Formats: sequence, structure tokens, C-alpha cells
Amino acid sequence: MKKIISLILLFIICLGIIFCLQKIPFGAAKTKVGNYYIDNGREETGAANIVTSVVLNYRGFDTLGEVTILFLAAMGLGTVLATLQKKDKRQIEQASLILKTGCRFLFPLILLFGAYIFFHGHLTPGGGFQGGAIIASAFLLVYLGCRGRKINETGSKLTESIGGLVFLIMGLIGLTLGGHYFLSNFIPKGEINTLFSAGIIPIIYIAIGLKVGSELTGIIDNLMEKS
Amino acid sequence: MEFLTDNIYYIGAFGLIFIGLFIILVKHNLIKVIIGLGILDTGINLFLIAIGYINNGTAPIFSKPGLEAGNMVDPVPQALVLTSIVIGVAILALALSLAIRLYKHYGSLDLRKIKEQRW
Amino acid sequence: MIIIVSLLVVIMLTAAVSAIFFKDLLNAVIAACMVSLIASVLFYLLQAPDVAMAEASIGAALVAAIFIIAISKTKRHEE
Repeated sequence: MKKIISLILLFIICLGIIFCLQKIPFGAAKTKVGNYYIDNGREETGAANIVTSVVLNYRGFDTLGEVTILFLAAMGLGTVLATLQKKDKRQIEQASLILKTGCRFLFPLILLFGAYIFFHGHLTPGGGFQGGAIIASAFLLVYLGCRGRKINETGSKLTESIGGLVFLIMGLIGLTLGGHYFLSNFIPKGEINTLFSAGIIPIIYIAIGLKVGSELTGIIDNLMEKS
Repeated sequence: MEFLTDNIYYIGAFGLIFIGLFIILVKHNLIKVIIGLGILDTGINLFLIAIGYINNGTAPIFSKPGLEAGNMVDPVPQALVLTSIVIGVAILALALSLAIRLYKHYGSLDLRKIKEQRW
Repeated sequence: MIIIVSLLVVIMLTAAVSAIFFKDLLNAVIAACMVSLIASVLFYLLQAPDVAMAEASIGAALVAAIFIIAISKTKRHEE
């Protein structure tokens, strides 16, 4: 009974959407804001990747809000699971020798790859969020392969807090020096397509990459340790 | 037939949105409902990127120094979807932690049984 | 070109529909993971490489890991 009613409702919504889709042609230019960002993005920010300059320079305040939401979710998960007991030291069977050696060999390589992605966020596709997710999957590999090794909890909490603080402090320095608005680009922009260019964008992406990586690692650590 | 081949991306995105909504409305296992939430999220992101596409456009990155701003696709929806993907994974993590807590308290994950009990 | 895109969209919708009908929750999670992976390829074909990288690394690896850890602490079969 519930299935039939919901199918009929969804069918009515589908008819309405097909009627509205006639007004949105696929592949035609629809807005004009994008053209302004593409034409003036290179001189105003100095970054070669226009999506990075939109995320961090033109709409930097939204990125600050998103980092706050991720922090709240990680804190909420830690609070909800706080009263369960920790797993006791049962006899965990060790993995085979090939698996342990392979995981230990791959772990620094994956960390290096993740760091490369968020260092070059303003030149190639990439950035802080993608690099942070890759760093978190490197720690997941250590959890699954070499069983019984724990992550240093104090170190990961410290990295997460320092990453968030660096973002806020760069914004507040831009408020006093520089252009007198929050998150203004006050460091001189070098020439395009080199590593040290685009003002404060690489510094903020390094902070975001470290923060997101240690946050997702903390989420997985909380889920695995509590029984 | 012309309608199908022109708007194939819209059909894919709306198909995912409808399947996600159907799972949330009909199923009564809590983890299945959370899987439906994830599929709904992916469908909405696909729809947003499909709106910003321009015919014969390229990616908005000036990789070579001599590249000129010919016709590039719209960079604004891509920045919004980047934010939306990360928020989606944060929501899924929090929802799953609540599901684990519910299971420890009530003993089952069936929504009909949980609704019947009055503490 | 249209044929490749149509084939990918059909496979993605089939995987999403089959996530409704699986009774074993582990199979449903793998079907949702496949939807995310094919959506990442479609993002690349729509000329958005940043978003494709984010969806592949976050949606296909970390979401699956979080789901499997949560299933191992609750029931595995739907009722």
C-alpha cells in the first residue's frame, strides 16, 4: 500500500519536472557571473586554476563555513559514541607477512601523493579536500593491514586544531593589513604557473588539507575503537 | 527520441534522485534509509554539474601559458559541488553513529518496532 | 560518444535499482559504491576534473569504509 502511493506521487512529480526541463536547454550558456571570473581571474588572483580561485578567493567565506560543518560532525560523532566501552586487548590475529610488509611500504608513498595534490592545488586539478581524503585513506590502510597499531590521538587532534587556526589567522591578518576585508589577498602574487604564486591560496590549502585529513582519520579511529 | 539523446545527463540525475527518494519513503531498515540518503546526494550533485555545461567547452584551467579564454564551462557550479560532496560525507558519518547508538539501546534496527515503543 | 554515455547511465541506474532489492546489506553498500564510481566518470566527461577527483576519493573509498564498519557493529541481514 505504501509502495503504490509513493510510486504515484513520484510519477506526478516526474511529469512536472519534464514540463520544466523544456525551459533549461542542455549546453547553452546560462549565467554571466562565470564569464567575469574566467576573464579576470588570472590577473586578480594569480592562480591558474579558476575553480580554486573561486573557492578560496571570491567565495572564501563559504569554505570557512564548510570547514566548520565538518568539524561539528566529527565532534558530534565523538560525543555520541563516547559512552561505549573501548575494545579490550583481545588476542588479535596478525595478518600475514606479505600484507604487513606491503602496507608498511605503501604508507609513505600514499602520504607523499596526497601532499603533492594539495601543494599544487592552484596549478592543476586538485586541492585541499581531495588531498586530505587521500591522506585519510593511507591511515585506513594502516588500520586494516597492520592490525594492532594505533594512531597517536594527541598528534591528530593537534594537527586538526592548528590547521583550523591558521585559516582563521590568515583571514584576520587580511582584515587589518592588506585590503581591509576578511580573507583579502595581501601577499604579492608572483608570476602565473609557478609554485610560489597566487598569494595566500597555497597556504590556506595546506592548512585545509592537513585539517581534513586528520579529521577523517579521527572519524575512522572513533568508529573502529569503540566496541 | 531527440529528447532522450539530448538530455541524457538530466535523465540520469533525476533517475538517481527518484530512486533515492523511493528508498527513503518505503524501506524500513535504518541502514537502507541511510544508503538512500547517499544516493540522493550523488544525484543532486550530478544535476548541478550538468547545468553548468556548455557545448564544446573545456575545463576551466589555464594549464599552458599560451592558452586563451576560448569557451570554457562555467566554474561556479563546480565550486559549489566541491563543498556539497564534503558536507554529504559528514552527514553520513553522523547518521551512522546515531544508528549504532540506536541499535545498542533498542536491540533492533527496524523502524516499525522502534516507533511502537514508548520509553 | 553518445553510445558510451548512454551505456554508463544505464549501468548506473541498474546498480541503483538493485540496491533496493538486495537483502544482504553488504551487497547494497557495494551497489551504492558503484553508483558513486560511475558518477565520477560522468563528472569527468562533463569537463569537471576537480569534482571527479573529489567524488572518487571521498565517495568511493571513505563512505564504503564507514558503512562497512557500521554494519559490522549491527546486524548484517535486513530483518
